[in-house]
Order: sequence, then structure tokens, then C-alpha cells
Amino acid sequence: MQLQHPILGDGRPLGTVYGALLNDRATVERLEPQFDSAPYKAAPKAPVLYIKSRNTLVPSGAVVQIPAEPGEVRIDATIGLVIGRTATRVSVDQAMEHVAGFVVVSDVTLPHENYYRPAVVQRNRDGFCPVSAVLRSQPGFDIDNATLSVSINGQRAYERSFATLVRPAAQLVADVTEFMTLSEGDVLLLGPGEGSPVARPGDQVRITVPGLGELSHGVAKETQA
Amino acid sequence: MKRGRILFEGKTLDVTEGQGGKVQLPDGRLLAETDVQWLPPVAFGTIIALGLNYADHVKELSRELTVTSKDAPLVFLKGPNSLVGHREQTPRPVGAAFMHYECELAVVIGKTARRVSANHAMAHVAGYTVCNDYAVRDYLENFYRPNLRVKNRDACTVIGPWLVDAADVPDPHALGLRTRVNGQVTQNGNTGDMIHRVAELIEYLSGFMTLQPGDVILTGTPDGVVNVQPGDVVETEIDGIGTLVNTLAAA
Repeated sequence: MQLQHPILGDGRPLGTVYGALLNDRATVERLEPQFDSAPYKAAPKAPVLYIKSRNTLVPSGAVVQIPAEPGEVRIDATIGLVIGRTATRVSVDQAMEHVAGFVVVSDVTLPHENYYRPAVVQRNRDGFCPVSAVLRSQPGFDIDNATLSVSINGQRAYERSFATLVRPAAQLVADVTEFMTLSEGDVLLLGPGEGSPVARPGDQVRITVPGLGELSHGVAKETQA
Repeated sequence: MKRGRILFEGKTLDVTEGQGGKVQLPDGRLLAETDVQWLPPVAFGTIIALGLNYADHVKELSRELTVTSKDAPLVFLKGPNSLVGHREQTPRPVGAAFMHYECELAVVIGKTARRVSANHAMAHVAGYTVCNDYAVRDYLENFYRPNLRVKNRDACTVIGPWLVDAADVPDPHALGLRTRVNGQVTQNGNTGDMIHRVAELIEYLSGFMTLQPGDVILTGTPDGVVNVQPGDVVETEIDGIGTLVNTLAAA
């Protein structure tokens, strides 16, 4: 697979792509009974973050190659906040002033249900993060009430709302920048929704965010080349 | 050859080690290493780090973590916000009870590696440098452990001063490494004690993610990490690679 990075409007590559896990209330409610037992022993306090490394980043239209085992991937479809200016310890009130735009992202992962260790093997395979161009939202677009739908081979497969986040966009930016700086061009994913759909080789995935735009990509069996 | 990067007179310069450990500028001038502002020696791409990769460190933690050397490597990723150069300062968060250094051999990729076997892995290494990968243990939670709040704080990953060519390091697993805090040796180990060695790590990682020139693998730290405080001067040193100096600051 050719590694070709998505780029910002002016031709520069994206910065670092961070994502937040366990940021959907339904997921947290489902897992809550487990949080007090091993290996977690307590519910998470700070945002649970991960990085989609540069080898994962591909533009809309890419075909994501997936391994024969298990032969399917989860599509953690989400929206990414594109940082427009350096954000260090920003307040909730001012957080969105640091966001220059949005991307629609297919955060592809090998299916897994364990949150104890960073899931680098599952989430950081080549091409596992198709990213749309930076999208200019239509008037009236509200990130805190945005919705998203996934269709697979033209069939509606999944819908979610961003009104049910544990940390809405501004809160997430504030809580993340409390301990680490986000720089211009970095992307902060709002995280997977509950019950993400699964895709298999041959599938065409399309993610649509009304008022924002869409992202499409294929899925194919990995070749050894 | 040893290469570094500095900020000097408002410009980023690629420099080499000159006579007597001095910093040689592109125009040939020689400066004392204390007279320049050091940057990380490479504009790094993906920053990959290993946890629990030394036998003694695993032993120290094994009761708590039930890890064994047969487990897959514990890999986590870091962002560029965490990086800072030689002789820079690292903030210690207010109120944290336990923050410690970690002296690590950093392996810099020089040639794209995709599904490379351990036998061929070393040809993909450009060189080595020293990393001090601080952790703030107060923030350890059992989700994606070690999480970014522990390991990806601004300026908490000190790296440099020099990138030493792979050709000048005949065996990266025969290097003494140590940390001194205010001149006292507090950590003393050898890269021979790594559980997953450099060649195996490149095989493992390149088996699912393409490693590209400029990517760096921080190979983990041995036993002997202790709490440090604002004002402490921490020197992390690896034989033949370099001595990396950092000072803790109040946040």
C-alpha cells in the first residue's frame, strides 16, 4: 500500500492525530460494571487517548487493506477537530477558538474489547485511518448536536449522535490540553461511538456528517507485496 | 559521525561533533556544547516507546502486573509535543508525588521497513541517541496503560544530544547505561538486558506498521528509577552514544 498522507488545505501534512476512547456515554454505561474489577480496578478519570500514527493516515478514496485474520475490521467512524492554533491549558469557553475545522474520519481497528494496554497492533496498521479533507461546516452546523451515518455498500449500517459524548468537543480540548499541547494541524478525534459497524474485504464504506461532508473508502484483503 | 540540531542565532542548524566534543557548525565554527540551544537531533516522525523491556524492571513490577518476558512487546506511541532537546528543562507538575526519569536507548530508523525479518532489521537503522522518557506515576490508570497523561506531557521526553551513526555502534546490546541525579548514580544497567532486542522490535513493529525514516523506537529502561524534584539535574548516559542533561523545573 502506498502511504500517502492527507493534507491540510495549504498542502502541509496533518500534524499528530490523537483520539479519545470511552467518550460515548452508552459505551461507558455498558462497561461500567467491569471498571471496578481487574484489570481496570477503577473507572477512568482523565481522557483515555491514543495516537493514529502517520503510517495509518490515508485520504478519502483509499482502499484499506486488512489482514486475513480476523478478516474484518471495526469502523469507529467519528469527527476530528483540526487545531488551528496552539492550544495549551485552554478553558472550555475558549477551546473552540483553537479549532480551525473538522475532518470526517474512519478510525479503523481490528476488533478488540480490552482497554488495559494501548491497542497499537489493532489500531496502527498501515492505512487504518482514512481522513477527509478539512471541511468547512455549513452555517448552523453544531458539533455538539452533530450526527453521523455509515453506509456499507450503499446500505445504511450505523448512525450515531455527538450529543451523547462524555466529553463534548470543547470539554475534550480543555481536558487534553491541561497536560499536553495541541499544535496547528494536529487532529483530536471525538472517539468511537457505541456499536460501531464491521466491514470486510470488498466493502465500500461511506461516512456522512450532515452539515459537514463525507468520507468514502474501500476495504480489501491484505496483499503480501 | 555524530549529528545534532541546534537553534543558533535564530536559525535551526544541522551540526556535527567536532574536536574535543565541541559543536561544529556548517560553516566550520566550533562552539562549546553549553553555548548552544539543543533541539532533538532529528525531526522525528512516529515516536514509538516500549514499556517493561528490561528483565530487572519487569521483575520489580511483576507482582503487580503479572507480565512475563514471553508476552508481546508493550508498545505505546507519543506525540512531538513531548520532545525536548539536550540541556533543556522539563516541568514537574505541581502536586505530583512521583515523577521519575527513564534512561533509554533510542533507535532511529533510516530506511523504510515493512515486514522486515530480524535477520535483516539492522540495515534499517540510521543510528542511536539517548532518551530520558519521564513518567508521572500519579496519573497512571489502568486504561491504555501507560496513558498519555503519564507519558506524553509537554517537554517530558528529552532526547539527544547526538545521533550516532549505526556504523559506529557495532553492538547496540553491549552498552552500559546509567542515570545520575545531581551527580549521584541512581540507575545502572546494560542494553544487553533488553527482553525484546532492537532487531526483534523492528521485526515485530514492521510486521503491522511501516517504519519510515525518522521514526524512532525508545527501547525501555532498566530498574532504578527514583523520584526527582524541581532543580534536580538529571544526566542520562549510554556508553558510546552520549550524555543527555536535563533539569527539572517547577511547572
